[in-house]
Amino acid sequence: MLTGNLLWVLIGAILLGIAAGLNGTFAFLQKQSLVGDAAAHAALPGIAIAYLVTQQKDLPILMLGAAITSALAVYMIQWIVGNSKLKADAAIGFVLSVFFGIGIVLLTIVNQSGTGNQSGLNDFIFGKAATMAKSDLVWLSSSALLIILMCLLFFKEWKLMIFDPIFAKGIGLPVERLRILLTALTVLTIVTGIQAVGVILMAAMLIIPAAAARFWSNHLGVILVTSAFFGALSGALGTIISSVRTGLSTGPIIVLCAASLFVISYFFAPTRGFIAKSLKKKAFKQRNVVKEAANHE
Amino acid sequence: MDALQVTNLSVAYEEKVVLQNVNLTTPVGHLTGIIGPNGAGKSTLIKAILNQLPNKTGAVHILERPLNPKDHLVGYVPQRNAVDWDFPANALDVVLMGRYGHIGMIRKPSAKDKQIAMECLKNVGMEAFADRSIGQLSGGQQQRVFLARALAQEAEVYFMDEPFVGVDAATERTIIAILKDLKAKGKSVFVVHHDLQTAADYFDWMILLNQTITASGPTEQTFTEDNLQEAYGGKLFFMDQTKLNKTFN
Repeated sequence: MLTGNLLWVLIGAILLGIAAGLNGTFAFLQKQSLVGDAAAHAALPGIAIAYLVTQQKDLPILMLGAAITSALAVYMIQWIVGNSKLKADAAIGFVLSVFFGIGIVLLTIVNQSGTGNQSGLNDFIFGKAATMAKSDLVWLSSSALLIILMCLLFFKEWKLMIFDPIFAKGIGLPVERLRILLTALTVLTIVTGIQAVGVILMAAMLIIPAAAARFWSNHLGVILVTSAFFGALSGALGTIISSVRTGLSTGPIIVLCAASLFVISYFFAPTRGFIAKSLKKKAFKQRNVVKEAANHE
Repeated sequence: MDALQVTNLSVAYEEKVVLQNVNLTTPVGHLTGIIGPNGAGKSTLIKAILNQLPNKTGAVHILERPLNPKDHLVGYVPQRNAVDWDFPANALDVVLMGRYGHIGMIRKPSAKDKQIAMECLKNVGMEAFADRSIGQLSGGQQQRVFLARALAQEAEVYFMDEPFVGVDAATERTIIAILKDLKAKGKSVFVVHHDLQTAADYFDWMILLNQTITASGPTEQTFTEDNLQEAYGGKLFFMDQTKLNKTFN
C-alpha cells in the first residue's frame, strides 16, 4: 500500500505536523492563534499572484508569494490594532476576509486564463497532500525541519517572552525581535503547509494540537512534545485517509483527526481534562463535608 | 555611591502626563519606599527607570551609569497580576527565569543555575513547592516565587512593584525579612508601597510621589504629616487617625 511517493508524502505530513504542533503551542500560549488563521487565509492571493506573474507552479515560487501576502496581513492586523481603537478580533476578521476575498477573485482569473484550469491551484484551498510531487515534498520537509530546529533553539527565550515580556526585556532579551521571529516562523509554518492542508484549514494545524495538548500537562516541555505528537498523528492519518479514499481533500480529514484527539483530551486527559477535574471537585467537596461534620461534633 | 539617580524624568501616556520633571538621588544600601496615592505614577516611575516605556524624557543612572541589562545590576519584581498564572510552568521554572540573563541566549540552564534557583526558593520558604505548577499556588506563594526569581538575578539594585498586595501576613513577614537581609548585604531595594501604616517600619528611605517628587530622603525627614498631606492632598483625611498618630509618634 505504501508506494514510494505515498511514503514521502507521509514523512512530509508528519514533519509538518510536528512543526505546526511546536510552533502552534507558542502561538497558542501567546494568544495569537487567530492571527495564524488570518495569515493562512491571506496566503491565497499570494499564491495566485505568484502564479500570474511567473506562470509557474513550482512550490518554492508559490510559497514565496504566499509568505509575502501572509506577512503583509499580519503586519496590517498589528498596524490596525496599534493605530486605531479597533480591537484585535475586528482587525483579524477584517484582514482575513479581505485577503481571502482578493485571493478567490484572483484564483477565478487564473482558472479562466488559458492554462489556468490545469494549474491545480484550487487544491491550495483545501489541500491535496497525496498528489504532491517529490520535489515539493523535499521543500516542505526542509522547511518543517527548520521550524522544528528554531522552536528547540528558542524554547527558553519564547517561554519567558510569552510569560513575562517586561521581565524578559529587563534582563536584556531582545523581546521585539523574538516576537517578530516567532511571527515569521508562524507564517513559514503556514506557507509550508498550504499545499498539503490548504489555506482555509491550515490554522487548525496550529491551534488544535496545541489546545488539545494543554489538557495533558502543566509543563511547557511536555505540552510541546504532546502537541507535536498530535500534529504528526493527525497529519499522518489525514494524509493516509485522503490518499486511499480518492476525492477527499487532505485538510478536512486532518482537522477531523485533530478534533477527535481534542475531544479525547478534553474529557479524558488526567491533568486538566473534564472528568479528572470533576472528580477532583467532588473529592474536595466530600472532604469539606466530612470536615464540617467533624466540627459539629 | 548613588544607587539611583533620576534627572528631569517625564512620562506621558497619549496626552495624559503621568510623571512630570522627576528628580531624585538615592545612595546605595537603603530600603526605599515609593509612596503616593493611586494614580500618582508609582508603577510608572519604576517602569520608566527600567526603560520599559517609550514616551519618556530625562535620564536615569543606576550605580552611576546608564541602565544596561547586560550588566545584570538590576533585579525586578513586577506586580503579581502582570502575568497570566495559568501559564504552563512550575515554581522552579519561574525562578530559573531569573538566571536567563546570566545564561545567555539559546544556551540551557546549567546545574549550577538550577542550584541557585533552588536556594532562592528555599530563601522564600518555597522549596517544597518547586515542582508545583504556578497556577496552583496561592497569591502569597506566587509573590514569593516572584521574589525568589528576583533573588536569582543576583543583582545589586532591586525594584519591586507592590509586593505586599494580596498576600497573607506570613508572606508579608517573609518578604520584609528578605528585603532587610538584602539591605544588610549592601544591596539597594526600591519598593512601591501604598500602606502608610507599615511604611515607616519597613523603609529607612522614602520617595513621596504624586506625579512629581513631593519629598525624597531618609524616612525620619521625609515621612512627615506635611509632606504626606502634600502628596495625598485631601485623601489623607480618610486614614484612621489613631493609627496615623501612632505612626508619627
